[in-house]
Amino acid sequence: MRGTGKGNLQREDSSRRKIDVPAFFSEREAPPQYAPVQPPPQKKPSSGRQRNKVYGRVAYLFSALFLSLVGYLVYFNVNLSEQMRANPNNHKMEEQKQYVVRGTIYSADGEVLAGTDIDENGSESRVYPYGSMFAHVVGYTTNGKAGVEAAYNTDLLTSSTSIVDQVEKGVKNEKVRGNSLILTLDAQLQQAAYEAMGQYRGAVVVMEPSTGRILAMVSKPDFDPNLMEQNWDYLISEEAGSPLLNRAAQGLYPPGSTFKILTALAFIRQNPDYASYRYDCTGYISREDVTIQCYDGEAHGTQSLQESFQHSCNTSFANIGLGLDLDAFADLCGDFLFNRELPTLLPYNSSQFKLNGHSSYGDVMTTSIGQGDTLVTPLHMALITNAVANGGVMMRPYLVERVENVEGVEVRETKPSQYKRVMTAEESRVLTGYMQSVVEGGTAAALWNGSYSVAGKTGSAEYEVNTGAGDEKAVSTHSWFVGFSNVESPDITVSVIAEDGGTGSSAAVPVAKAVFDAYYAGRVPEW
Amino acid sequence: MDNLIIQFSRYAILFLMAIYTMQSFLVFAKREEDDREFLFLRQDLMMFMIHFIAFIVLFLETRDREILFFYGAQFIFLAAALVFYRNLYPRASRLIVNHMCMLICIGFIMVTRLSLTTDRISAYRHFQITAAATAAALVVPVIIRKVRVITKWTWFYAAVGIGLLGLVAVAAPDSYGAKLSLTVAGVAVQPSEFVKILFVFCIAGMLGRAKSFRDIVTATAVAAVHVLILVLSTDLGGALIFFITYLIMLYVATRNALYLFAGFGSGAAAATAAYFLFSHVRVRVQIWQDPFADYAASGYQVAQSMFAMAAGGWFGTGLMQGTPEHIPIVEQDFMFAAITEELGSAFAICLILICMSCYIMFVNIAMRLSNRFYRLVALGLGTMYGVQVFLTIGGAMKFIPMTGVTLPLVSYGGSSMLSTVLMFAIIQGLYILREDEEEQIERNRERELAERRFF
Repeated sequence: MRGTGKGNLQREDSSRRKIDVPAFFSEREAPPQYAPVQPPPQKKPSSGRQRNKVYGRVAYLFSALFLSLVGYLVYFNVNLSEQMRANPNNHKMEEQKQYVVRGTIYSADGEVLAGTDIDENGSESRVYPYGSMFAHVVGYTTNGKAGVEAAYNTDLLTSSTSIVDQVEKGVKNEKVRGNSLILTLDAQLQQAAYEAMGQYRGAVVVMEPSTGRILAMVSKPDFDPNLMEQNWDYLISEEAGSPLLNRAAQGLYPPGSTFKILTALAFIRQNPDYASYRYDCTGYISREDVTIQCYDGEAHGTQSLQESFQHSCNTSFANIGLGLDLDAFADLCGDFLFNRELPTLLPYNSSQFKLNGHSSYGDVMTTSIGQGDTLVTPLHMALITNAVANGGVMMRPYLVERVENVEGVEVRETKPSQYKRVMTAEESRVLTGYMQSVVEGGTAAALWNGSYSVAGKTGSAEYEVNTGAGDEKAVSTHSWFVGFSNVESPDITVSVIAEDGGTGSSAAVPVAKAVFDAYYAGRVPEW
Repeated sequence: MDNLIIQFSRYAILFLMAIYTMQSFLVFAKREEDDREFLFLRQDLMMFMIHFIAFIVLFLETRDREILFFYGAQFIFLAAALVFYRNLYPRASRLIVNHMCMLICIGFIMVTRLSLTTDRISAYRHFQITAAATAAALVVPVIIRKVRVITKWTWFYAAVGIGLLGLVAVAAPDSYGAKLSLTVAGVAVQPSEFVKILFVFCIAGMLGRAKSFRDIVTATAVAAVHVLILVLSTDLGGALIFFITYLIMLYVATRNALYLFAGFGSGAAAATAAYFLFSHVRVRVQIWQDPFADYAASGYQVAQSMFAMAAGGWFGTGLMQGTPEHIPIVEQDFMFAAITEELGSAFAICLILICMSCYIMFVNIAMRLSNRFYRLVALGLGTMYGVQVFLTIGGAMKFIPMTGVTLPLVSYGGSSMLSTVLMFAIIQGLYILREDEEEQIERNRERELAERRFF
């Protein structure tokens, strides 16, 4: 490492020979090479080498720490920064408004869902041609931000036009046009779902099983994003009934019988001979002081697992729940993202599932039939159903197909991506069969038709409402349906909830039917 | 048009910074002295170009002549620092001098930029203290060389250090939940910054002379007193820096990894206990887990830091284009987030690598010193620096819980600046000392060779 003696002799200014190479990074160890000529005093060569080893370790340890900082910064940029930019508390992009005109939002079929109009004075206004139809999912930008407008604020206020254009606008001191978003939403499906919901409160989510594209997302009651300022006081008042809340992603509802999909899956996993399960339904089941009834107290008689599912037999599923390993059941629900974060940029609420090994019989029985403390969002139910339709793989849901610059040149495209496999292909096949039987001769028979096949599950989720007079409470029922069409090669997954809509078949199934019909109008199922 | 220049400036700054950083590592591969010299000069050029471009942007944004004044003063300072070091201490490590100037240069840019959103007093103050500190530090290598008794005042260092920390714990007012600074003649001084240096000298003296287990227990007890006083002042960052530095010094002095593991084990136990005992520790951990849970209050600062980093992306918003001033105490504890926002994550990665290069050089110097005491001093000071960089950057990124320490040489803060510049100077002094030793040996050897030839 050091120069040879001869070399040093030739050098006039020995102070210039400075070596900055850390010894522990070089191939050769540090022991001084002048030892043969004159052994340096007070130095034992072996201890020097050992000593250097310790210093080397410290240097490596700290290098690792510094590199972990670099690693985290990369991770932050790749995985977290988008989420941070979409955070509703983030007002960082406001400054860009002086340079950039907010970009346009299009539906998948090319309809303008949100655009910026500029009048002759140069003042800008945000216009939503469809009014309240896309209100929750597309969002708004006055009185705060919501929906896609909030989540993709950065893209809409970033301009990726050509350098020439930027230079030209820069020189003229003109604003550049922000990037456009092309959403996955299908305006026709959205309209069908929106109209089918009518006066019901609730939500509809439509997804494409193989990709996770969200084709429609409706929430009711709604609001007109063009009139935010005028209507604001009413929108946030109590009587309005929280119209700003996107019930599709943020509304937490008891899942009712739609949850039997997961109870059945837990049973299948824990009992390899599940096909031989039989239960004699007498219309009710009691354990300690809790009694569970079938709908209207109907006695279904001897039921297999498939028949229990088809007839939505509460007593049979309560019985199944009592026999389950509850910790394994809780793990399964965790795998299906209960009590977890959902892979989406939209604001949402996490679904909850509270059973564990210490739960009471009452809790076990009610939870097994989708009541109890379990709460779920329509979007989450759509993800679960979509996983069944997609052969057991849960897809990451997404709303933005492409980001383009104002000239239509692609900036970024969302590729469908698998979130994770949540069940085996065989399990999804069995559940699909059960769900098909629900349509063929069960609670969703209204969906049985000649032109497309459907597999699904209805739900009638009971909840208590205050009747206003003191502590009196009445029981009301939310109407659920989850399912997918063209069972052999699924086309769309639909998740519907109609608040206070009665049984699943009375309100939610007709809404789902309207969506399926709209999808297949002028289209033939392929397989 | 201005906007255009500003937009392009960020790529230029990043490009120069990337080259500077690459050269800091490439220099190790250069065998020829002249090549190295050339490379170090080019690094200085990169630094001056970054400084120049940054101030063009600041000027275009403000059209304020005061900016030109700042530029001139800072340019003269940086050039003078390089020239003085080069000529007074030709044997100092050029790489460390360059890094020191580069980090100060980045600090100048950011402090000046941030001062534009408030008043400009902070930019003046920062410049004054940096200039004064660097001038004062120029005599340090001489002191190291001449005053050899500094190796002997072990207990004096301990007494002064503990006394100062104790005074802060008793007398200092609360600032942001921690007792940090005393006001002396109208100037806020943060004594723990200087105690860092005393602490390293004290521990190096004790461990350097340690012959028995008992000596190690004594040293540990002295270190524990320092750390405990800092914990009581709720200066968690400070306590952590002292604690880890002591462990590393102990490990290197004894070469016994058991001490290291035992130390980290008891440290983890103490941290867990602190979590349950002190609410302010719990708050820090809760913020780290989810800054949005209490966004409006305790989580606000870290959340704003995250927003700033996200807004910057890889290439940054460009100087003056972001809003780093939304982060409370950005000039001190969250300087890294401000840099990431406006100069970009890629620039920030270069910054981390420069700090890493500094640390590697410090250990390298420590390793080559022959005197046990000096070796431990160099390593200890270097480790103080390394831990602090890790804590402040990790905290700003929410990689670890926030501990509230500054980014050395870059952040605003007089005490921190002065003590860091002194640390760098002490290490340089030790390096020069070693070069002297080596030259002595070499001279002996040359004489011997000459004699041999003569015979």
